[in-house]
Amino acid sequence: MIELTIELGSVLLLAFGLKGLAKIRTARSANGLAALALGLAVVGLLLQQGLGGWPWMLLGLGIGGGLGAVLALRVAMTSMPETVALFNGCGGMSSLLVAIGAVQLPTPLNLVGQVSVLVSVLVGAITFSGSLVAMGKLQEWLGTPDWTLRPQRHAVNILLALACLACCALVLKGVPVALAPLTVLALLLGVGLTLPVGGADMPVVISLLNSYSGVAAAAAGFVVGSELLIVAGAMVGAAGLILTQVMCTAMNRSLTSVLFGGALGAGSSQTGDGDGGREEYTNVTSCSPEECALTLEAAERVIFVPGYGLAVAQAQHSLKELARLLEQHGIEVRYAIHPVAGRMPGHMNVLLAEADVPYDQLVEMDAINPDFPRTDVVIVLGANDVVNPRAKNDPASPLYGMPVLEVDQARTVFVVKRSLGSGYAGIRNDLFELPQTSMVFGDAKQVLQSLLQELRSLGVGKVAAGAGASR
Amino acid sequence: MSGHLGGTAALWVLVLGSLLGLELIGKVPPTLHTPLMSGANAISGITLLAALALIGQAPTPALKLIGAVALGFALFNVVGGFLVTDRMLAMFRRREAN
Repeated sequence: MIELTIELGSVLLLAFGLKGLAKIRTARSANGLAALALGLAVVGLLLQQGLGGWPWMLLGLGIGGGLGAVLALRVAMTSMPETVALFNGCGGMSSLLVAIGAVQLPTPLNLVGQVSVLVSVLVGAITFSGSLVAMGKLQEWLGTPDWTLRPQRHAVNILLALACLACCALVLKGVPVALAPLTVLALLLGVGLTLPVGGADMPVVISLLNSYSGVAAAAAGFVVGSELLIVAGAMVGAAGLILTQVMCTAMNRSLTSVLFGGALGAGSSQTGDGDGGREEYTNVTSCSPEECALTLEAAERVIFVPGYGLAVAQAQHSLKELARLLEQHGIEVRYAIHPVAGRMPGHMNVLLAEADVPYDQLVEMDAINPDFPRTDVVIVLGANDVVNPRAKNDPASPLYGMPVLEVDQARTVFVVKRSLGSGYAGIRNDLFELPQTSMVFGDAKQVLQSLLQELRSLGVGKVAAGAGASR
Repeated sequence: MSGHLGGTAALWVLVLGSLLGLELIGKVPPTLHTPLMSGANAISGITLLAALALIGQAPTPALKLIGAVALGFALFNVVGGFLVTDRMLAMFRRREAN
């Protein structure tokens, strides 16, 4: 009876936890609640089945839990998306292993059990290999090779899927050995489905794979006969789908185009800030941090547009410092946050929060877009695709329709960037060639530091200090 | 291996659980997309229950080892997922206080 109470209690906590995670005020405690629910569930299960095999349990607990904790506490905030992908993949792997283990138990499985094993293996394997590919792409270990974008890839994936189904049928016919090829084929299918997806769309894929891992968990629940596992898995699976949808809407992409459309700007160039593509731009003005500082000093309203380049350079603290200096000088400073700035929705908010940037200075896209025309200086720091005017002006562009920050409306735009390489989506950015735009080449952090120096030598900080003292 | 309910009732659990999941998350502010994904991901590591059950019922060491590895993967997901989510959300809280 007590086990049942504990199980029901943990289902309730899980549901409230998941709900609370969707609201800023409650998110952190909700996360704790969900963790508590999982702990309770473990206690309930152990009460039910006893501690048989505890050395094995400790082994898994020590190694898995230990590594997870170390990674979670050490990893930089910039690599959050790929970390989530890695964790997710391991969840899928766990479901896969449980299913493979369960078929070898002496007690024969009924039909529901067998089907669940198949679902668990199939979805678990796709989740695992797909998540690892997603991680590799986000880390830029993997690119989007051209051959993955040929139309034939759909045929290959369909063949793989059919082969998986054939293996499933064999297993149900009483040939359990077919689980081995099923595992291999499903792992390949995971790779085949994820590899062609462009880096910019990766968050959506991770979210979808997250939903899959919920499905795999629910299937594992059927295999071992745990209702708690079924409910929790189903809940995460469904919630993950909703979240995926929400993210797609924020990026103005449909799920089908993410999954089957291939990478944005496919084949035009490799991703990354390489030197390639420099010759594509003809009318680019570049300027030194000094000139930039002079313009800044005379400005009244400044908006910063942070992007992933800022995160890579770990420049959020320097940016905060610069913002404070400008504010002391009486300049209005705000940050424009594109919903998908960085490599995952909400990524920039996390990073700037880390640097203690006040909440009310972060303004979301829809709120700040009308303000660009009356803004003196916009500084784009390592952002590219989210400020590309082509998304509004060029129906032929793959970015067309994506809501962007309308920085081209501002009086002066400085784009801080390492080189003229194309953005993550691999698309040329017309902003760089506009007359009001100047490029400041360099690492975001170094540029910000020299800006700080220049501004201080212009007396910006001192004036403010004097004014402050006289108040 | 059987829980409290029979096969058909478990299917009801599946359907109702899915509906619950659809309802729980409606509007999510973009700020929370990453933490929510990460938190939901940690919850999906609940397969650790299945891994524990497998260890409990496995007759041979080889099978127990499979269970232990599965448990390891699941716990990596759970412990890492919750901690990372907490790290992200901790930053928002500090900002709220300002």
